[in-house]
Amino acid sequence: MDPIITNGLTKRFGSFIATNAITFEVKKGEIFGFLGANGAGKTTAMRMLCGLLRPSSGTAKVAGYDVYTQSEKIKQNIGYMSQKFSLYEDLKVKENIRFYGGIYGLSDKAIKEKTTQLLKKLQMEAEADQLVSALPLGWKQKLSFSIAILHDPSIVFLDEPTGGVDPLTRRQFWDLIYEAASRGVTVFVTTHYMDEAEYCDRVSIMVDGRIRALDTPRRLREQFSAASMDDVFLQLAREKAKS
Amino acid sequence: MQTPIVVQDVHKSFGAVKALHNISFTVQEGELFGLIGPDGAGKSTLFRILTTLLLADKGQATVNGLDVVKDYKAIRKIAGYMPGRFSLYQDLTVEENLHFFATIFNTTVEANYDLIEEIYVQIAPFKKRPAGKLSGGMKQKLALCCALVHKPAVLFLDEPTTGVDPVSRKEFWDMLQRLKQKGIAILVSTPYMDEAMLCDRVALIQNGQLLNIDTPQHIIAQFSKPMWAVRAKHMYRLIQDLRAFPGTDSCYAFGEYLHLTLKDGTAGVDALQAYLDTKHHEAFTMFSIQAGIEDCFMELMNTENV
Amino acid sequence: MRQFIVFARKEFYHIFRDRRTLLILFGMPIVQIILFGFAITNEIKNADIAVLDQSKDYYSSRLVQKLTAGGYFRIDRNLRDQSSITAAFREGRIKMAVVIAPEFSQSFHHHNKGRVQLLADAGDPNTATTLINYATAIIGNFQQELNGELELPLTIDTTVTMEYNPALKSVFLFVPGVMTLILLLVSAMMTSITIAREKELGTMEILLVSPLPPALIIVGKVVPYIVLSFINALIILTMGVFIFGMPIKGSLVLLLAECVLFVLTSLSLGILISSVTDKQQTAMMASMMGLLMPTALLSGFIFPIESMPLPLQWLSNIMPAKWFIIILKDIMLKGSGLQYVWPQTLVLVGMTLFFVIMSIRNFKIRLS
Repeated sequence: MDPIITNGLTKRFGSFIATNAITFEVKKGEIFGFLGANGAGKTTAMRMLCGLLRPSSGTAKVAGYDVYTQSEKIKQNIGYMSQKFSLYEDLKVKENIRFYGGIYGLSDKAIKEKTTQLLKKLQMEAEADQLVSALPLGWKQKLSFSIAILHDPSIVFLDEPTGGVDPLTRRQFWDLIYEAASRGVTVFVTTHYMDEAEYCDRVSIMVDGRIRALDTPRRLREQFSAASMDDVFLQLAREKAKS
Repeated sequence: MQTPIVVQDVHKSFGAVKALHNISFTVQEGELFGLIGPDGAGKSTLFRILTTLLLADKGQATVNGLDVVKDYKAIRKIAGYMPGRFSLYQDLTVEENLHFFATIFNTTVEANYDLIEEIYVQIAPFKKRPAGKLSGGMKQKLALCCALVHKPAVLFLDEPTTGVDPVSRKEFWDMLQRLKQKGIAILVSTPYMDEAMLCDRVALIQNGQLLNIDTPQHIIAQFSKPMWAVRAKHMYRLIQDLRAFPGTDSCYAFGEYLHLTLKDGTAGVDALQAYLDTKHHEAFTMFSIQAGIEDCFMELMNTENV
Repeated sequence: MRQFIVFARKEFYHIFRDRRTLLILFGMPIVQIILFGFAITNEIKNADIAVLDQSKDYYSSRLVQKLTAGGYFRIDRNLRDQSSITAAFREGRIKMAVVIAPEFSQSFHHHNKGRVQLLADAGDPNTATTLINYATAIIGNFQQELNGELELPLTIDTTVTMEYNPALKSVFLFVPGVMTLILLLVSAMMTSITIAREKELGTMEILLVSPLPPALIIVGKVVPYIVLSFINALIILTMGVFIFGMPIKGSLVLLLAECVLFVLTSLSLGILISSVTDKQQTAMMASMMGLLMPTALLSGFIFPIESMPLPLQWLSNIMPAKWFIIILKDIMLKGSGLQYVWPQTLVLVGMTLFFVIMSIRNFKIRLS
């Protein structure tokens, strides 16, 4: 069974339809890019999938659990990372890891092992006892991602994880994503960098609450006879402006 | 006419953190000058020094020939500034914000309407809406109107396109190109490398230091190593294989391709081919390309770190 | 001038578009006054007591009669023996028990000594003390009546307290206190928060980069709050007079002028706070912890200054509120004119000047 399946998923706020009957599925181990302009309904859709917001209608299953009735189960089986809130700035690197490990019910022994592994992978052993506030932004984001997948979730949701990060760190970040995906973790990611859309296995583009395009980056470019994903995106936006 | 912006040997530290180190550059009249670098590189600090909000530890800077320390009052009359965060009153309507900022700069919206007209008509349909309820792109347009309403001689835009979707970003840059034609010098910062190509000249900044100052075309031309674009069906495996290859100099993902440079340049291609033959990649393609700004930036970052 | 008007108008927009601000500005004073006026009073009215009269003679019944005559006490029940006192308290209906020893009249006449025991529920010490004080005073009166030549210091004490507040209405003491607190809160806290908000939103950056003189930024932000605080003072006064029958014996003009002075003191304090904070939350905490708490505790509003330990009494002198409460009480209750309240007024003027100078010295024309 696919880790994410939605059918006609809709969210209304009063008369405003934020997410309008979206239907798609994400396969296991896939990196799924979720694109759209500001206000297109990405955040609303993502919140519904994470069990944070109750849909108005339609169905969705995440990690095999129903978003209406089993949101607690969903939360245990997913990882979540957003650009805005990720880590406690006034806690040390180690303390942050221990805290999140504790939240997801990992044993002390497991937390210890995973902390060592994680710090080694990020080459941050020397910074283990530093306050997070002292780290450069790029490091924070990498650390934050690693913590989001600390409890081995089957799916991880990333909300604009690389905003403002320097190009080198941005690529290191994607290396982490690739690595997680190669281990079978399903990655659901939003981004404003169109070149990053190309790193995804499949990409969906939302316009005004609807999914207007969904395919591999290559086929989307062919479909819109565009040179880059940027072009695809702009074409869809212009279409919207005309209508 | 004075040179719009001159920065000479500016240093600024916050405690132990060196926010800016030895920064010097000039912005000419009617020039669109880009300050390109990631978050935390020191862009906002530099903007605040130039807009007289912060004092540099060392060095001089002038805006239109006025010293940023001594003549701060005069600069505050002629500079237009759009800070990094959305800095308008969220609970005031579009119209009220614009009138407010016009008045505090001792002018009226009508007096300089020709300058902002083109931008303002796009948000005029929402003029009765509180600024906090606008979409990201709309907010930026309103902020730009407010920064322009007193017809500034120099425009400072600190990350105007951050967090804004690609469509609004493109529109925003189109507006800047047209403003430039009206003779306003513009200093704009951005973390998006691709936007560098839209500037007349750029300064690449990282960790408080300038890596390079030049036209985007020259920066690209300076990139001396031959570069290839590579792709295969399984990109992650390809990236790992290429990085494991001893002759690889750098290998980064760029959109649908990997950008690759070799230690031996063109001479290393045969060895690479032989190496990759043993790895059996499906749908493998490789061709020579010209490096982009982002390649140059990463290259410069790497050399600085050495 | 046009800049100033536009600035002040913007400030009014902020206030009127934010329901929470409006609620704090106008809802809180009304709620506070009503709360203090009706609910939290320490005045005694028909307090239920139990009486154990073990002598049941002429004098003892006259004493009981005297106790209940004033309307302060009401006999809930008469007890038969010592052991039922505890039970009566436990039931929770009575607040005080009066035990008159056997052979009251006799010992009174022959030994010049009548033994009366007063028991109060010290679970609520404030009420208990007040009840005991009242009862002691009444008993003292009674004694005086019977025994003309006997002077008791107690009676003198009670007359002093009752002189300006004959009905012992605590609301007369609370209105000046609440008014002080509200003016301080609205003026100091709201100004410091609104200035901190501009810093937090980043709009302060644009204002600083504009040709606006910094003084105009401050004045423009403060003037709307002067107006609103003054309206608040009027509302509280009106409520005090018309709902609680609070007198204004002195000059109304002087009273209002003193209100304006205190508003200015508080505003300058608010500006001073905002010059050292850049987050709304910090400004709020600083105002709460640094202003409201000490003011409520040390200004004489809740606890009488005379009964504080000396160091706290000295400390209370630096509370602007203390001086304003004295001024308010003097003008409203005693009808004093400026010739009596000038020292306090001078203290407030001095404090205001001090805060203003400090804020000007602290105000930054730049960000750091």
